[in-house]
Amino acid sequence: MINLTIDGKTISVSDGATVLEAARAAGIEIPTLCHDPRLKPYGGCRLCIVEIAGVPRPVTSCTTPATDGMTVTTSSERLFNLRRTVVELLLSDHPNDCMVCERAGDCSLQELAYFYGLRENRFWGERRRYPKQDMNPVIKRDMEKCVLCGKCVRVCDEVQGVGAIDLAYRGFGAKVCPPFEKDLDCEFCGQCVSICPTGALSGRMWAGKGRQKDVKETETVCPYCGCGCVLTLHTAGNRVIRVSSKVDTPNEGWLCPKGRFGYEFINRPDRLTTPLVRREKGGALEPASWDEALDLVAARLGAIKDAHGPDALGGLASARCTNEENYAFQKFFRAGIGTNNVDHCARY
Amino acid sequence: MTNSIAEIENNDALFVIGSNTTECHPIVALRMKKAARKGAKLIIADPRRIPLVKFATLWLRHRPGTDVALMNSIMHVILAEGLEDKNFIDSRTEGFEEFRKAIAQFTPEYGEKITGVPAADIVKAARTYAGAKNAGIYYTMGITQHSMGTNNVWSVANMALLTGNLGKESAGVNPLRGQNNVQGASDMACAPAVLPGYQKVADEAVRKKFEAVWGGALPAEPGLTATEMTDAIIGGRIKGLYIMGENPVISDPHMAHTLKALKKLDFLVVQDIFMTETAELADVVLPASSFAEKDGTFTNTERRVQRVRKAVDSPGDAKDDLSIIRAVAARAGYDLGPASAADVFREISALWPAMAGMTYRRLDSGGLQWPCPTDDHPGTPYLFKDVFPRGKGAFSPIPYIESKELPDEAYPFVLTTGRILFQYHTGTMTRRSDALEAVAPEPFIEISREDARRLGIADAGMLSVSSRRGSLQVKAMVTDRVAPGVVFMPFHYHEAAANVLTNDALDPVCKIPEAKVCAVRIEKTAEVAAGV
Amino acid sequence: MSKEILVNVCMGTGGIAAGGVEVMEAFKAGFADAGMDASVEKHCAVHQVGCRGFCARDVLVDVAIDGNRATYQYIKPDMVPRIIEEHVKGGAPIAEWMVGDDYHSFHDRQVKVVLSDCGRINPEDIDEYISVDGYKAAARVLNEMSPADTVEAVKKSGLRGRGGAGFPTGVKWGFCAANKSDRKYIICNADEGDPGAFMDRSVIEGNPHAVIEGMTIGAYAIGADTGYVYIRAEYPLAVERLKKALADARAHGFLGQDIHGSGFNFDIKIKLGAGAFVCGEETALIASIEGERGMPRAKPPFPANKGLWGKPTVINNVETLANLPYIFRRGPEWFASLGSEKSKGTKVFALTGKIKNTGLIEVPMGIPLKEIIYDIGGGIEGDRLFKAVQTGGPSGGCITAEHIDLPVDYENLVKIGSMMGSGGMVVLDETDCMVNIAKFFLEFTQAESCGKCVPCRIGTKRLLEILTRITEGNGRPGDIELLLSLANDVKDASLCGLGMSAPNPVLSTIRYFRHEYEAHIHDKRCPAAVCRALITFMILDDKCKGCGVCLRACPAGAITGEKKKPHSIDRAKCVKCGACFDVCKFKAVLKE
Repeated sequence: MINLTIDGKTISVSDGATVLEAARAAGIEIPTLCHDPRLKPYGGCRLCIVEIAGVPRPVTSCTTPATDGMTVTTSSERLFNLRRTVVELLLSDHPNDCMVCERAGDCSLQELAYFYGLRENRFWGERRRYPKQDMNPVIKRDMEKCVLCGKCVRVCDEVQGVGAIDLAYRGFGAKVCPPFEKDLDCEFCGQCVSICPTGALSGRMWAGKGRQKDVKETETVCPYCGCGCVLTLHTAGNRVIRVSSKVDTPNEGWLCPKGRFGYEFINRPDRLTTPLVRREKGGALEPASWDEALDLVAARLGAIKDAHGPDALGGLASARCTNEENYAFQKFFRAGIGTNNVDHCARY
Repeated sequence: MTNSIAEIENNDALFVIGSNTTECHPIVALRMKKAARKGAKLIIADPRRIPLVKFATLWLRHRPGTDVALMNSIMHVILAEGLEDKNFIDSRTEGFEEFRKAIAQFTPEYGEKITGVPAADIVKAARTYAGAKNAGIYYTMGITQHSMGTNNVWSVANMALLTGNLGKESAGVNPLRGQNNVQGASDMACAPAVLPGYQKVADEAVRKKFEAVWGGALPAEPGLTATEMTDAIIGGRIKGLYIMGENPVISDPHMAHTLKALKKLDFLVVQDIFMTETAELADVVLPASSFAEKDGTFTNTERRVQRVRKAVDSPGDAKDDLSIIRAVAARAGYDLGPASAADVFREISALWPAMAGMTYRRLDSGGLQWPCPTDDHPGTPYLFKDVFPRGKGAFSPIPYIESKELPDEAYPFVLTTGRILFQYHTGTMTRRSDALEAVAPEPFIEISREDARRLGIADAGMLSVSSRRGSLQVKAMVTDRVAPGVVFMPFHYHEAAANVLTNDALDPVCKIPEAKVCAVRIEKTAEVAAGV
Repeated sequence: MSKEILVNVCMGTGGIAAGGVEVMEAFKAGFADAGMDASVEKHCAVHQVGCRGFCARDVLVDVAIDGNRATYQYIKPDMVPRIIEEHVKGGAPIAEWMVGDDYHSFHDRQVKVVLSDCGRINPEDIDEYISVDGYKAAARVLNEMSPADTVEAVKKSGLRGRGGAGFPTGVKWGFCAANKSDRKYIICNADEGDPGAFMDRSVIEGNPHAVIEGMTIGAYAIGADTGYVYIRAEYPLAVERLKKALADARAHGFLGQDIHGSGFNFDIKIKLGAGAFVCGEETALIASIEGERGMPRAKPPFPANKGLWGKPTVINNVETLANLPYIFRRGPEWFASLGSEKSKGTKVFALTGKIKNTGLIEVPMGIPLKEIIYDIGGGIEGDRLFKAVQTGGPSGGCITAEHIDLPVDYENLVKIGSMMGSGGMVVLDETDCMVNIAKFFLEFTQAESCGKCVPCRIGTKRLLEILTRITEGNGRPGDIELLLSLANDVKDASLCGLGMSAPNPVLSTIRYFRHEYEAHIHDKRCPAAVCRALITFMILDDKCKGCGVCLRACPAGAITGEKKKPHSIDRAKCVKCGACFDVCKFKAVLKE
C-alpha cells in the first residue's frame, strides 16, 4: 500500500496506482479527455495535470505513479488557468457547430467549454479543414472535430488488436487516419466510436435520429452470439436509434459490429405485424385476426393429437427467445400437449 | 463454459480448437487477445488461418475432421514426457488406464499422418498446454458439428482431466455458445430428454416434482431431437410442427431434405419476427416481438443469467412469444400459469435449485452465474471446484473415426462452413441491418491460391459448387485462409445457402449434423454452362 | 632515400559537398601521371579524413612531406597538378593557396577532445584508430575495472549529457546500473535535428570508433548486452562509415562475444530514423525503435528504469559517448580539469549565421562568448554590429551583447533564458529582426511537433500565428502579453522537451528585444528592415546616379526615371522584393 496526500486528504492506494486513480478513489474529480481506465495511460490532453510538492512543473496525474509520502495538489489557480488554456486551444481548432453535432449534450469537449465558460477565445486562428470524407458504410469520421486524444487509435490497437488507424503527419496537421488516408476498412466494431469524447466519430446511421432530449435508454442483452454483452438501447419514440454499452458491464462496454450496428432490423417495415393464415392448402398466406389464427392453431394441433397421439406433434423452441418463453414453450408441449418432442437449434 | 469470460485474460495458455473466436465470439476474443498480450501462450487448432492466428504462439492447421487424432497425439506426448497432473488424475478422475491404452498408438508421427500437422508442432503444443499453470480450452461448432462430435468433446475433456485444468480459475473446458440464449434454451429444457435444469424426464421423482407445479401427467419417454424430427416427419410419424423463432430451412444441413420434411407436414405453425424462408412454408404465421420489445432473461455462454428489458413496443399486432404461447395453450385448453415474465421466472427458480437464489431484483446489476442456489449466493464463476457432478471425472478412451464423407475423385474438395463477423446465423436480423449488409453483402467461397491457380479460378469469379445433395453458384474468394483441398463457405446467405451442400449425417449420441465436413466439386460457371 | 609524402583530404560531408572526392581522385591521378611508381607510392599516400571543422574553407588539404605539413584551403581538382608539381616535387609550398592566420586562430583557441582525432585519422580504417590508442580504454575498463568503478569514474569526470539538458552521465548510468533486469540497453542518440547543428554527424563521420568504444564502456557499466545507434537516414555517409566501423570492430573482437577477452558480450545495431525532430526526445526515440510512431511518452517512468521494450535503458548523445574513450585514456581527473566549475570538459558547437568563420568548433566549457565570436569566429560578417547569438537551436534562446562576456556553460545559459542544447550557435547581427527569428524557430517547432499533446500541437501554432501577424504588420495591442501568457502555458503544460522549450525563442526575444516587438505592433515598423510588409524602399536623390540598374532589376516595374537622373519608386507597385537594394552600387536605395 502507498500513502499519499491529495488536496490535504490522506489516501491509501495499492502499488502501481496512478495519482489520478488515487484521486478518483478518494472522490476528487480531475478533468480528463484522453484517459480511459481500460487503456494504457497516454498523457496527451494535459487536462489532468496536478502539482506535486518538490516537482517544479505540473505533471499529468494519469501517467504519474503514486509514491509514498507524495503531496499532490489537484486544483490551484495555476492549474485552473493551464487547463483552461488547453480547452481554449482545443476550441480554437474546432468547428464549434454543436447545434448540429451528433454528440451535443454528450460531448466531453462541450462539457469542458461549459465548465470553463469559454464563449470568447483568445486564440482564434486557422482551423483544420478536411474536405475528403471517409466513405465507409458504418462509421462517420469527422476529423475536424477530432481532439487527437488518441483513444480510438489505442483501443483499435490495444483492445481490438486491429490497428486500422493511427496518427499521421506532424504538428497542427497531425490527424488520425487509416493507412494512406483510404476509407476505413476494418472490423467495424465501433470501439473507437464508443470511446470518442467528441463528435468526431459516430455511427453513420445515427445521424438526424435524435440526440439527448426525449431519448430514452434501456439496458438489455445483445440478441446475437452467446457472449451476452449488455447493450443500452437508445430509443426515440418507438424507434431504436442507437446502441451503446456501459463500461461497468461484463463486456466492459466493448461490442462487435453486430451488437453495436446491427439493430436496424427492429424497426424494419417488413416486420411481421399481423397473424397470417393459409386458408386453403396451396393458397397464399393471408392476414388474419389473432382470434382466427389462435383458434386455427389450437384446432389443428388438437386434431392431430386426437388422431395420431401427442407424439405426432413436435415443437422447436428458440435459442433467440428468453428463458421464460422457452420454459413456457416446453411446458406447453410437455404438460399441455403431452409430448417430449421438443428441441431447439443448439446443434447449428 | 466451466469458467468465466473474465478469467480468460489470466490464462497462462489457451487452446482454441474449432472456434473462429474473433468473428463468432468477438468479445470473448478480446479477452483472448488480452491474455496473449499479457504473455499467455495461445495455441490455435483450426484448418483455416482464422484472424486469431495473428495473435497465436502456435497454429496447428489440421485437416477438417481430424480433431480426435490431433488431441490424442497431443495427449500421447503429454504422457510420454510425463507432463500430466498425476495428483489430479489420482484424486479426481477414473478410467485413466483404459484411456492410456487408447492413445498409445497416437505418436506425434502417427498424428501428423492423419492431421497434417507436423509432429514437432504436436510436441510443442503438448508441452505448451501441459506446461502452463492454468490452461483453458475453448471450442465451438468446429468441434461439435461432426458425425463424431461427441467424441471430439470427450477428447477435449480428456485433455483437461489429464492436465488437471478443471475446477480452478482461468482454466477449464469452455464451449462458446453460438447464440444469445442457446444456453438458456438448454437450461429451460427445450430438449427431448430433460426437464428444466437438466433433470431427466425418465426420472419419476423429477416428473412428480414438475407435475405438482404444472398439473397433469408428464410423458416419461424422451422425445425426438430436431434432426430426428425431420426424419420422423418424412417417415410420417410427426404430422404437426410448431416452430418458434427458428429458420431451419437455412440453418439445417442438407436443405433439400429439410424442405421435403416441412412440406410434408399436415400443419406447420411458425412464430417469428420476419417472414423467413421457413415461415413461408407455414400454415399459420404468428407475429412475435423482437428482443427489444420484451422483458425476460437470457443466459450467456458463461452461465450468466441477465435481464432483457423492453425498450420499444412491438409493431402492429405483434406480441411477445410468452403471450402467444399462453394464448395458444389457453385455446388448446391448458392454463400455462403465470402471465408475466417475472412470475414465470419465479416458477423456474422454484423448480431448478441452480437458479433458486436468483430474482429479477438480484439480476438487475450485472446478472448472476448459475449455480446460484440461495438468496445470498454470489453465483459460480467456475464449476467443479471440489467435485464433479458424477463424483469423479471420467476419462473416455476415444478412437479416431473419419468424417462420413471424405473427398474422392467426383467430389475432390472438403467443404467446411461457418460464420463471418458481419452476418449472423440465417441473416434474418443482420441482413436487415443496412450497415452490416453494406460491409458483407454477398456470399463467397474461400479457395486456396494453389487450387485457384490449378483450376484457373480468378478472385470474385463465379463458381458452381456441388455436393451429392445439391449445388449452388457463388463467387470465389481466393485466399490463403484455407489450405489446398479445403474450401469454406459462410451459411448466412439464402441466395447461396451452404446448407444446400452440407451433409446431414448425425452424431450418434447428440444427433448433431456434420455441417463442418462434406465433399464437394468445384467448377467455373462458364464451364458448367458450356457443358464442358 | 625517397621522401615520405602524405596527403590528407577533408572528406566530411562538408568536404565532399565542396568536391573532396574529385580532389582526392586528382591527387591519385596526378601521382600516377607524375610517374611516382609503386616503390614511391608506398610512401605517397592519399588519405581521406573526417571533418576538421572549418567547413567554410573546404576542400581543405594537408600536404605533409617528411612530417612537414602545409594546409591548403578552397582546393579544387584543377589546382592539384600545380601542388604536385611545385610543392611535392619542387619542395616549394604555394603560399597564396595556403590557409592564413585566421585559420590558425580558428584552431588555436580550440581545445579538442571529441574532435581530436577527427580530420587526422581515416575514419574507415580501424587500424588508424588503434594506432592513436583506440580501444585501449575499453580493453582496460572491461578487463581491469568493475562496472561500479566505471560508473564512479564517469561521475568523477563530471561529464554531462551533450544532447541538451546536461544531465550528469555518471548519475544516469548509476540509476540504470542499479536496476535488476534480464536485459538492458544502451542507445546512442544520433538523431541530430536542430537546424544548423552537425556535430554528431561530424563525429560519426570523422571518428565512428570513438562512439563504438564509448558505447561499449557504457554498456559494460550498466550491464547492457545490446546497443542501438539511432541515426537519421539523412546522414548516409555517417551511416555508411558507422556500418563499416561496426563490422571492423566485430572482426577485431571489439564487439560481439568475449570482447577484449574480458568475457563481456555486447553488440550494436543501427536503427535509421526518418527525420522526425521529435525522435531526438528519448522516449519518442524509444517508441520509434520499438516500431511505433515516434511520439514521446510521459516520464516517469524514466528510461533508466523502464525504457526500450520496458527494460532499463541508457540513452546518451553521440558527443557524450565519444568523450568516454578520452576520459578513460587520460583519466577522469584530467577531464574534470577542463571547463568550468559545474560544466566539465569541452563542448562542440556548430558556428553559423552572420559570422566570418563558420564551422565546427570545440572549446572548453566556460569560455567567454566573446572569444568564440571574435577570436574563433573572426567577428561578424561585413563587420556589422553584433546583435545576439541563438544557442540551443529552436529550443534555446538568445544571448545579447550585454552578455558577450558570459562564460558559456550549462548553468549560465539557462540563467539568461537560453540553453546549451546540442550545440547550435547562430550568430545574429543588426540586419536580423528578432521577431522574425522567433517566428523562424516557431515555424520549425510547430511543424515538428508530434501532435500528441494539445499545448504543443495547437499552442505553438497559435504562437506562430501571432508572430506572423506581428511581422505582417497586423499586430494588435496586447499581443506581447498574449504571447507571454501562451508561451508560458505551453512551457508548463507540454508533454516533452520539444513543447516545453519551443516557446523559448519567443520568451527570450521578448525579454531582450521587446522594443522590436513594440515597434512592429505599435509603429508598424521593422527596425532591422527585414519584415517585408513593414519596410519601404526609397531612392535617395542625392546618391542616385541614374544608372538604371535598379530599373532593369525591378520585377514589378515600380521604378521609373530618366537616364543620369535620380530614379524613384512607386510604392503602390513595389512588391518589396529588395532587388533594387541588392543591385545598387551606390547605396542609393534606402530600406527602412
